[in-house]
Amino acid sequence: MDASHSAEASSPGVAKREAAIAASNFGGENRPADPEVLLEASGVAKAYFGVSALVDGRLTLRRGSVHALCGGNGAGKTTFLSIVMGLRQFDSGTIICKGRQVRYASASEALADGIAIITQELSPVLDMTVAENIYLGREPRRGGWFVDKAAMIREARTLLRRLKFDIDPNATMRSLSVAKIQLVEIAKAISRKSDILIMDEPTSAIGEKETATLFEAIRSLQSEGVGIIYVSHRLTDIFAIADTYTVLRDGRFIETGDLAGIDRRRLIGLIIGRDLKDSAARAESRPGETLLEVDNFSRKGKFENIKLTIRRGEIVGLYGLLGAGRSEFANALYGNDPKDSGAVIIGGRSVDIRSPADALRHGVAMVTEDRKETGLVLSCSVAANITLSSLRRIARFGFIDGRREAAVADRQIERFDIRTPSRETEVRNLSGGNQQKVALARCVGTEPRILICDEPTRGIDEGAKWEIYAFLSAFAQAGQAVLLISSEIPEILANADRIFVFRRGRIAGEIAAVAATQEALVHLAS
Amino acid sequence: MSIVTSKSRVSSNTLAATIGHYLSTYGIVLSFVILFVVLSFANPNFLTSINLLNVLRQLSINGILAIGMTFVILTGGIDLSIGSILAVAGVVTGSLVTQQDPHNPLIAALAAVGVGAAFGAVNGALISRFRVPAFVATLGMLSIARGSTLLYSGGRPIPNLTPEFRWLGNGFVAGLPVPIIVFAIVFVLSWVVLRFSVYGRWLYAVGGNSRSARTSGIPVRTMIFSAYVIMGALAGLAGLVLTARTTSALPQAGLGYELDAIAAVVIGGTSLSGGVGSVFFTLIGALIIGTISNGLDLMGVSSYYQQIIKGTIIIAAVLIDRMRNIDP
Repeated sequence: MDASHSAEASSPGVAKREAAIAASNFGGENRPADPEVLLEASGVAKAYFGVSALVDGRLTLRRGSVHALCGGNGAGKTTFLSIVMGLRQFDSGTIICKGRQVRYASASEALADGIAIITQELSPVLDMTVAENIYLGREPRRGGWFVDKAAMIREARTLLRRLKFDIDPNATMRSLSVAKIQLVEIAKAISRKSDILIMDEPTSAIGEKETATLFEAIRSLQSEGVGIIYVSHRLTDIFAIADTYTVLRDGRFIETGDLAGIDRRRLIGLIIGRDLKDSAARAESRPGETLLEVDNFSRKGKFENIKLTIRRGEIVGLYGLLGAGRSEFANALYGNDPKDSGAVIIGGRSVDIRSPADALRHGVAMVTEDRKETGLVLSCSVAANITLSSLRRIARFGFIDGRREAAVADRQIERFDIRTPSRETEVRNLSGGNQQKVALARCVGTEPRILICDEPTRGIDEGAKWEIYAFLSAFAQAGQAVLLISSEIPEILANADRIFVFRRGRIAGEIAAVAATQEALVHLAS
Repeated sequence: MSIVTSKSRVSSNTLAATIGHYLSTYGIVLSFVILFVVLSFANPNFLTSINLLNVLRQLSINGILAIGMTFVILTGGIDLSIGSILAVAGVVTGSLVTQQDPHNPLIAALAAVGVGAAFGAVNGALISRFRVPAFVATLGMLSIARGSTLLYSGGRPIPNLTPEFRWLGNGFVAGLPVPIIVFAIVFVLSWVVLRFSVYGRWLYAVGGNSRSARTSGIPVRTMIFSAYVIMGALAGLAGLVLTARTTSALPQAGLGYELDAIAAVVIGGTSLSGGVGSVFFTLIGALIIGTISNGLDLMGVSSYYQQIIKGTIIIAAVLIDRMRNIDP
């Protein structure tokens, strides 16, 4: 929240822009072209099979601005952006790119007009170098046939230096972190003379330090006059990097403005369409007896001598920077990753967990960090995913009782309010938030005593986030326990009773949530 | 927009998706029906009960292998060694039922399946436990099992098999050839297991995403191991039936059979990356291959051309599937 002020300090010319935005906010269709405006869309509508996906898409992007496009799942962001990028055609409305009214028939037309997208799913050629990736398909030639490698490296180096990206053009992509790979993608876009960048959830797969690197890069782009449409569910990031915002909801434009003039709570309210209840709604918990004791948990190079206890009715938070060992520890506890040593006592009994199957048998379930990679089988139906960990409960003599399975699936779909056309729909067709609820439902179906949630709200919309928080709270209050891993400090502060902070593989400290502050956590973690 | 309209948006998308889904799912069945009708009109000898039984009997061997291959490919694997495993099971079973030294045909049958399963278990262990790529492990086994066959038989056919044993290949029950009945039983059992059992569901999950399957508590390695054992056992069974059909156990039996089995699975639309497919569509795939070669035989097309045509069909089936799945 206080980050919103820093955004102001970091973006030049806020006051000037503010005035301009105020003038262009509503219905500025017939103004003469303003060279500062890169992109202006208004009244953009799109219907699929007669049903509207986008009713009124509006957005004004100015040079050097980072414009946050906010909205829950189904708000129409994706449809809107696909239209802007030329991936889909719109039914009505106008899009003006750099003073010229446009209607792109394909993505390559948008690209030629300087519109590029940096997506979550990056697709670099991992065994090629940075320079080769930047100029892939457009390699500087010598004699028409041979790649002029020296020129390519030289140009790449100049470009990276100009953008102030600290990357060696000769490094292979494989050796780079996710954040740096994104930077290379950005450099590639800039080298194609793109001045409108669409960034879709750029921080969802990277840690704090890398986020800082990315943000520095974004600021460097701003000073070059590039306009950025920034899409993210992470409000902390939005307030840290963006200067203006547009909110869409149910396919309609809701509001646009300057981020300095809005606080986090009001923005969430705009996104989900209702006022937020106080986030301190989490009832004062009264923890019971010890449920889980972990002692002397170590894995060389990952985490060392971890010792913690969790009591009934508690939500215990694990906080730490990426690579601090919190996820590695949780995965080892769940039996998903190996450990060198460590004792686990659940409900007073010493248990040996060597695989997730062992963990589930002892009442420990885990919602993993990357639902698509390790949480769900995307090619299977919603129902099959929900029951996957508890099939034996609904089977007789090794055969699945179809009616019981349907009943269990329907009950969970209703309980978690999973938005799906049917229980037979393949999970890959669901939105991120609903996929996460399916993963959660699968874990809950095993009736665990301890639920480990690793970044349970990453990349999902505000509405689904709150539903997951509410569930975790109720789950703990029913006498079970939750181990919540998160790198979003506000999330961990609002939901955990106690917080363990990891630093370089060790527990740096334990804080009761009531006494914890953002500063204290950051201080302990870094 | 209210929740109601946003829900109807979902359902209208779904309707179009459902039609597309059915088309892409059952298109292969339609292709088979068309093929069948065309052949019925094109050649008067095609639509006769003698010819159709002949088609079924011929494809029963490939059908049994293709069903085993479906299990393996569902896990995202491949088994190139089945032709050789079929041969080794064939000579072992044949050596047990010669008229000079006859054993009970049932013992011979168990030996064939057991030998196949044992070779499959070695494949499975190498792949699931020691992480040898399936392509490499089974390519090696292709050579090892063929060598074992030649070693065991001395490189010569094992002749003079007992009539009781040969009934397994040439006999009839209720007017149906025994190989077809064996194939039908294998098909129904595996269809039921894959569709309705916990084991089947787990197999799909392992093939769809082995890491998610593991975090869901599924014993992934055991599942992969079991798929190769099933494949091996079915290759042994196919070796049994094939040996019983011929008068002697041939050490060179089953050469190249893996290709037809894989082709049936692929034509049936099972994804080579695992997790998607079914034995029903494998059956259709095997029927298409069997019907086409029968039709070409009836029309007197040279077997040299037949190979080219078969290869073209395999590629075309996948090509059509790819083109249909590309988003417009």
